[in-house]
Amino acid sequence: MATTAEGFDAHGIGHKDHGHDSRDHADHKPGFFARWFMSTNHKDIGTMYLIFAVIAGIVGGAISGIMRVELAEPGIQYLQWWAQFMGGANDINTALHMWNVFITAHGLIMVFFMVMPAMIGGFGNWFVPLMIGAPDMAFPRMNNVSFWLTVAGFFSLLFSLFVTGGTGPGAGTGWTVYAPLSTSGSVGPAVDFAIFSLHLAGAGSILGATNFITTIFNMRAPGMTLHKMPLFVWSVLVTAFLLLLALPVLAAAITMLLTDRNFGTTFFNAAGGGDPVLYQHLFWFFGHPEVYIMILPGFGMISQIIATFSKKPVFGYLGMAYAMVAIGVVGFIVWAHHMYTVGLDVNTKMYFTAATMVIAVPTGVKIFSWIATMWGGSLSFKSPMVWSMGFIFLFTVGGVTGVVLANGGIDDNLHDTYYVVAHFHYVLSMGAVFSMFAGFYYWFPKMSGRMHSELLSHIHFWTFFVGVNVIFFPQHFLGMQGMPRRYPDYAEAFTFWHQVSTYGYYIMAGSMIFFFVNIAYALLAGKKAAANPWGEGATTLEWTLPSPPPYHQFETLPVITDAHDYHDHRPVTA
Amino acid sequence: MATMPPVSADAARRNLRVGLLAFAGALAMLGLGYASVPLYRLFCQVTGFGGTTMVASESEAARAASLATGETISIRFDGSVPANMPWTFQPSQSTDTIAIGERDIATYVARNNSDQPITGMATFNVTPEQAGKYFNKIQCFCFTQQTLQPGQEVTMPVLYYVDPAMLDDPNMAGVEQITLSYTFHRAEDPVTPVSPRIN
Repeated sequence: MATTAEGFDAHGIGHKDHGHDSRDHADHKPGFFARWFMSTNHKDIGTMYLIFAVIAGIVGGAISGIMRVELAEPGIQYLQWWAQFMGGANDINTALHMWNVFITAHGLIMVFFMVMPAMIGGFGNWFVPLMIGAPDMAFPRMNNVSFWLTVAGFFSLLFSLFVTGGTGPGAGTGWTVYAPLSTSGSVGPAVDFAIFSLHLAGAGSILGATNFITTIFNMRAPGMTLHKMPLFVWSVLVTAFLLLLALPVLAAAITMLLTDRNFGTTFFNAAGGGDPVLYQHLFWFFGHPEVYIMILPGFGMISQIIATFSKKPVFGYLGMAYAMVAIGVVGFIVWAHHMYTVGLDVNTKMYFTAATMVIAVPTGVKIFSWIATMWGGSLSFKSPMVWSMGFIFLFTVGGVTGVVLANGGIDDNLHDTYYVVAHFHYVLSMGAVFSMFAGFYYWFPKMSGRMHSELLSHIHFWTFFVGVNVIFFPQHFLGMQGMPRRYPDYAEAFTFWHQVSTYGYYIMAGSMIFFFVNIAYALLAGKKAAANPWGEGATTLEWTLPSPPPYHQFETLPVITDAHDYHDHRPVTA
Repeated sequence: MATMPPVSADAARRNLRVGLLAFAGALAMLGLGYASVPLYRLFCQVTGFGGTTMVASESEAARAASLATGETISIRFDGSVPANMPWTFQPSQSTDTIAIGERDIATYVARNNSDQPITGMATFNVTPEQAGKYFNKIQCFCFTQQTLQPGQEVTMPVLYYVDPAMLDDPNMAGVEQITLSYTFHRAEDPVTPVSPRIN
């Protein structure tokens, strides 16, 4: 029963009398197939989610490389080759369709199969139970179903690349799957497979959200009130509610697409009394909360990391927690700012502009609270900390362009330009991805029991930081000059910044070598990690367990006493 | 599975309750997604959102006429058919100037160019979109399906007026012309996917 380090170990002594080796009992693992294919252990499932997210990230990242190389020069260079490679015809329309397939696959993979599995499935599964002192998730077997539904969804999406989608192989609808392009505009099974992929991934996420809500409400350690929970747990709780309320609306919308496509309904077909704009309303009622689903767990991780490496409790804990709740609530009533150009009247635009700008208030509370946490702190610039500080800086840049785009009037000009592309990559491929790398370096020693190389992590950080900025900052210029998104070709005037952007991609891709080398180094030759490698600033419950934690932990629940606050959950030593 | 940590029956029951509540929330949102289809239609019909025109009774039309100030507005008429509809469909006149509040009749001419009877249903809206709630139809060929025999040509009327309340709406300031647009769709087979574009 010695499932926790020093402080909670007292209970183990009595059990030694039973003649068991207590460590073996807690660490008893099933055989390979049962462990990894029928897994019910939150840490194993978290690990599988992380590995899955890395694989999906490589696929999605490779696709963005294909796109950046094509965009380095005006004209069509490589698309026809790719169209034939994927089994399409050798003509220009198939090549252009191939472009649509790439943007669609890149978007769907990165959103549904990289960011969400890593943040929620990976870090959420691993650390929510550990941080609240629970032995596992509330529904361990449903947790397993969630993971394999996500994997099945990924395969359904990959399969769609190999069947016809109208003008060539693959679904070329964009990740938004707007009707009528996705209904009467795309004949063939590819779009059906892509939609089915969203159904599967969405079902997996809804089950996962149910699991997290139940776990966080019911399985907190004695004495850990909601207001003593670590902020990462708060962030996953809010995210789970967003998933639960937003994803079913997407499920409804894409099911209507499927019946419009295959069974003659006319939900989105004007000829039968439907309205294609209704699809956009439904999609973005899901789609806007979805962007917060992708970033909120990152907010939670950054809060833990900044506090740890400032050796200070996070500034304004309750403000931080309820700022996330506020972002979640307001996130549901701003959706039409994605569709300013469908013909909304002035009053509607004014409402959505104002409501969207309101989100900058709780977001600002978070940014300033992180800075205030660092202020006067005893900072140590370990790898998770530098990634977190990079996150704060770059996410703020993305937030500022978001406030620009929130204006209905300005958006008439910038809608569907590279300015929008630059904006959402600053908040996602820098915001969300930087927080994931921060979280990865923060918790990798805990998960693997091995220390990574700080030098390689810092090189990874600086090369990645330079790379992504060189990719995406020039895209603001392109957008303001009128370069539309989702086009493989452009006027020659745009060539310079497109070339710079492509060079940035090479830098970013090169930096990933340091990431993979670092993991390999850590697993093969890394130093053994102590229970708490980050020192006195790391005060949440996962650091009270050995690294890696035993297969089963907290069979004797840790107790949070009155002496504990929201920050310090370590066992009280008298 | 043997490796699952033991959970007391009481804890399992509480977990099941919260889990089912959460799942019920998800199902409710799924229902709301579908409910949005009739709700959205109702919303457009009530508010004129997206240029949805209003339907008025004779008494409402009479009341509007009594409020007429003599100001006029230009109406442009537009008619079209999708590619799979073998009809010609055009307004009899492309523009008309009417007194705001007074009822007017406009006509469209439809002809079936095929060799079989075809039933059509017209969809409609007006631009600018904020004019939707002031554009009232008393009678319209677009309220019901229309069947044309092979080669048959008919004149289809729409009886309408523009509500004088538009004169008090700041959103309508500067609107000098309202375009009324119809598209005649084939009623039997509303969904006919276009074949892949071949170049």
